[in-house]
Amino acid sequence: MGKGRGESLLVETGYSMQFSQILQYLLSGLSIGAIYALIGVGFSIIYNATGIINFAQGEFVMLGGMLTLFFLEMLKFPLWLAIPCAIAASTAAGILFERLAIRPLRRPTPINLVILTIGGSILIRGLAMLVWGKDTHAIPSFSGDEPISIGGATILPQHLWILGVTLLMVSVNKFYFNRTISGKAMRACAYNRRAASLVGIDVRRMVMLSFAISSAMGAVAGIIVAPLTMVAYDVGGMLGLKGFCAAIVGGMSSGIPTVMGGLILGVLESMGAGLISSGYKDAIAFIVLLLLLFLRPQGLFGKPESERV
Amino acid sequence: MLEVSGVSQLFGGVIALDRVSFTIAKGDITGVIGPNGAGKTTLFNIITGIYTRTAGKVVLEGTDVSGLPPERLARLGLVRTFQNIELFGGMTVHENVMVGMHTKSSSGLLACALKMPWSVAEERRIRDNSLKWLDFTGISDLAETTAANLPFGQGRLLEIARALAVEPRVILMDEPAAGLNNQETLALSRLIERIRATGITVVLVEHDMELVMEICDRIVVLNLGKKLAEGTPRETQDNPEVIAAYLGEDE
Amino acid sequence: MKRELLKFLAFALFVCLVPLACRGGYLINVLLFVGINTMLAIALNLLLGYAGQISLGHAGFFGLGAYLSGILTVTYGWNPWLAMPAAAALVGCLAGLLGFPILKLRGHYLAMATLGMGIIIYIVFNETIELTGGPSGLSGIANLSIGSLTFDSDCKNYYLVWFFALVTVLFSLNVANSRIGRALKAINDSEVAARVVGVNARLLKVQIFALSAIICSLAGSLYAHCMTFISPASFGFNFSVELLTMVVIGGLGSVYGPFLGAALLTLLPEILRGANDYDIVIYGALLVLMVMFMPGGLVRGFPELRRRLAKRKGGVEHA
Ligand SMILES: Nc1ncnc2c1ncn2[C@@H]1O[C@H](COP(=O)(O)OP(=O)(O)O)[C@@H](O)[C@H]1O
Ligand SMILES: [Mg+2]
Repeated sequence: MGKGRGESLLVETGYSMQFSQILQYLLSGLSIGAIYALIGVGFSIIYNATGIINFAQGEFVMLGGMLTLFFLEMLKFPLWLAIPCAIAASTAAGILFERLAIRPLRRPTPINLVILTIGGSILIRGLAMLVWGKDTHAIPSFSGDEPISIGGATILPQHLWILGVTLLMVSVNKFYFNRTISGKAMRACAYNRRAASLVGIDVRRMVMLSFAISSAMGAVAGIIVAPLTMVAYDVGGMLGLKGFCAAIVGGMSSGIPTVMGGLILGVLESMGAGLISSGYKDAIAFIVLLLLLFLRPQGLFGKPESERV
Repeated sequence: MLEVSGVSQLFGGVIALDRVSFTIAKGDITGVIGPNGAGKTTLFNIITGIYTRTAGKVVLEGTDVSGLPPERLARLGLVRTFQNIELFGGMTVHENVMVGMHTKSSSGLLACALKMPWSVAEERRIRDNSLKWLDFTGISDLAETTAANLPFGQGRLLEIARALAVEPRVILMDEPAAGLNNQETLALSRLIERIRATGITVVLVEHDMELVMEICDRIVVLNLGKKLAEGTPRETQDNPEVIAAYLGEDE
Repeated sequence: MKRELLKFLAFALFVCLVPLACRGGYLINVLLFVGINTMLAIALNLLLGYAGQISLGHAGFFGLGAYLSGILTVTYGWNPWLAMPAAAALVGCLAGLLGFPILKLRGHYLAMATLGMGIIIYIVFNETIELTGGPSGLSGIANLSIGSLTFDSDCKNYYLVWFFALVTVLFSLNVANSRIGRALKAINDSEVAARVVGVNARLLKVQIFALSAIICSLAGSLYAHCMTFISPASFGFNFSVELLTMVVIGGLGSVYGPFLGAALLTLLPEILRGANDYDIVIYGALLVLMVMFMPGGLVRGFPELRRRLAKRKGGVEHA
């Protein structure tokens, strides 16, 4: 990551070390947080349309990265072609997952859905391991590795790509949900599925669409982060869970609150790793998750809701 | 016996109940009626501690029980049945009623796990005594049926049997006759009268006016979250406001 | 009741005789693990199968038992027989404390919270290196012994572990057929109705969570003393999922189902030896297929399948 280079730069400047170091953590936190945000929004979209927490969400992040690699190395596609192909293939995998596993489920209780999606996630991960092996692979950055320095901190062009793409995805998402018929229909589903089907919305199609959108978003997240973190068959697990934490912080919203949630987690994590201890880095998101679930299950920004009995 | 005073409930902006007050006398059968959405179920949910009220007080035989959780209220002798039947679907009819005797037994987790002699004796007592309530409600022959497979009418009876097993002082029933045929409704009204005869106070939400007029001693009428009227069946029947509220309703 | 007891005795006899059939060797080591996993699966089943509350963090309790036993005996020189209940008590208290806020949550949120708890515990194992030895593990844990009898061979450990496992089976059998067992099932079917007839659902859920954690901790202590070496890798999220798989495959809410699931999942990798990399695929596929086609697990699935086949035959005859 860009951090190593950034740190050597910092030693030279010495005097403004504190400030620029914090800025460094902030910037790398924001870019990893953007990834969590994208995954979290994917979680929320499915949850809102179906009431399902898709524990397999992280695997689509992995698929995004691995498939890009596959198109690049095996089929020798150029990057600009490999990426859309990988997104399309992951989306197809998401739709397939919904059709083959979720839809035919006879007793869709929350417990069964948790078990089913966990099983699906292990299955996808296992298949990826069989097909592509256990090695970790690198994916080239989108536009070089020349570090850019900002106020004493350095970031890589890929960080900018991450922030830019996230911004784009979130805007497209907002446009979709607020301005298009199909987006509005999906919001109606989220609000009340029975009522939505009564006014003629094809709820099943919406469910499938939600899986398609969220696996596409997951894949995008996996692709833009891959040049920084490398890809392997098992990167999906942790990323997926962190994405879920982001969604919880955002109160399972598929909009700005979850994006904020992701960014907050990313920054906390990167600050915690830098200033406290890098070993506990992965624990931070989960401590935040537990505290939030205990104290404010409606999310950081939401109002409490009474549950109907 | 049961005193509700100034109970209000807000859901977001919706006022589901607006300062509702009334008193229920011991041994009475009281009917709570009103059009759909009047707030009857919400009122029951508040009295039985399922919702925490926005404002107001519930007093059971002189003790303030507002805000107590349902399991505490059950120990104080207040039980209910549900508008949408809530059975323990995976268990047999007999076991459902045995759960109703939970407050009448006390073996803890460890005593049960170690099968202490007293917990074994208690288990036998639960098993035997619970049969009484199956008899009382007339579903003994279904004792070994899985509750989820019960026909609707019998499901309602089981819910009542399970509630009676708590040996309550007050039982609240939310639309017990909904979905029953004429014969079953008739049997239900006999059952309710027999329940009252054992000294239990009955509160009843019901849309079947014939049933209500026939068995209730007093009636409370709710409309749009407000108490519209209160009195004997006769009085409420002739109350012009009540008639107006029901205009357009097909009851 | 009598029949239950006979069934249990037959099962116990079977467990005692199995080692004779496999004449020592490697297999007995695997069967020892079946015993430990049976304890764990039963523990999870008490929570998930009866009370209907999912946990994706039970590997954490298992690990806590193992590490507490390991640390207390190796670093502090405690007697293992003292360390084991001390660890269990500590884990029970921790689960009891965490249980109150955690079990307020439902469904997916509960799954996520327990998962987070498990991962945090796992990270602690890895990071508190002075205590646990970190990722490279903790070694030199003594075998258990009674008087001059030291449980230092797979065969001796097999009987030790299965003694505890059988006690656990008996425990869960007793709980299942008691007022507490019924109350737990009632909570699973309709929490609000259970509360209305006087079941203190919150307290009971926490109690069963703590009991379940205590059983896991005991299994962890046994594991530590049998293996004499432990490392965090055995107690991660994957193992929590494996436990879940055992319970679901065996049959939620049944007494012998968890044993079936534990036996199947522990023996499977041995059967598929050489096809080492496939086991993760097979776990995943098993979980998905079971939930889709046999949601009651093996113990219920087979009788049901037979019934359905019989019905189909009957139907054909009628036609
Ligand atoms: N948990 C809840 N959240 C929001 N609104 C509710 C809730 N429970 C009831 N309501 C509303 O309160 C009003 C009264 O409902 P209810 O008590 O069920 O009426 P009734 O039982 O008399 O038909 C209705 O407008 C209903 O939509
Ligand atoms: Mg109602």
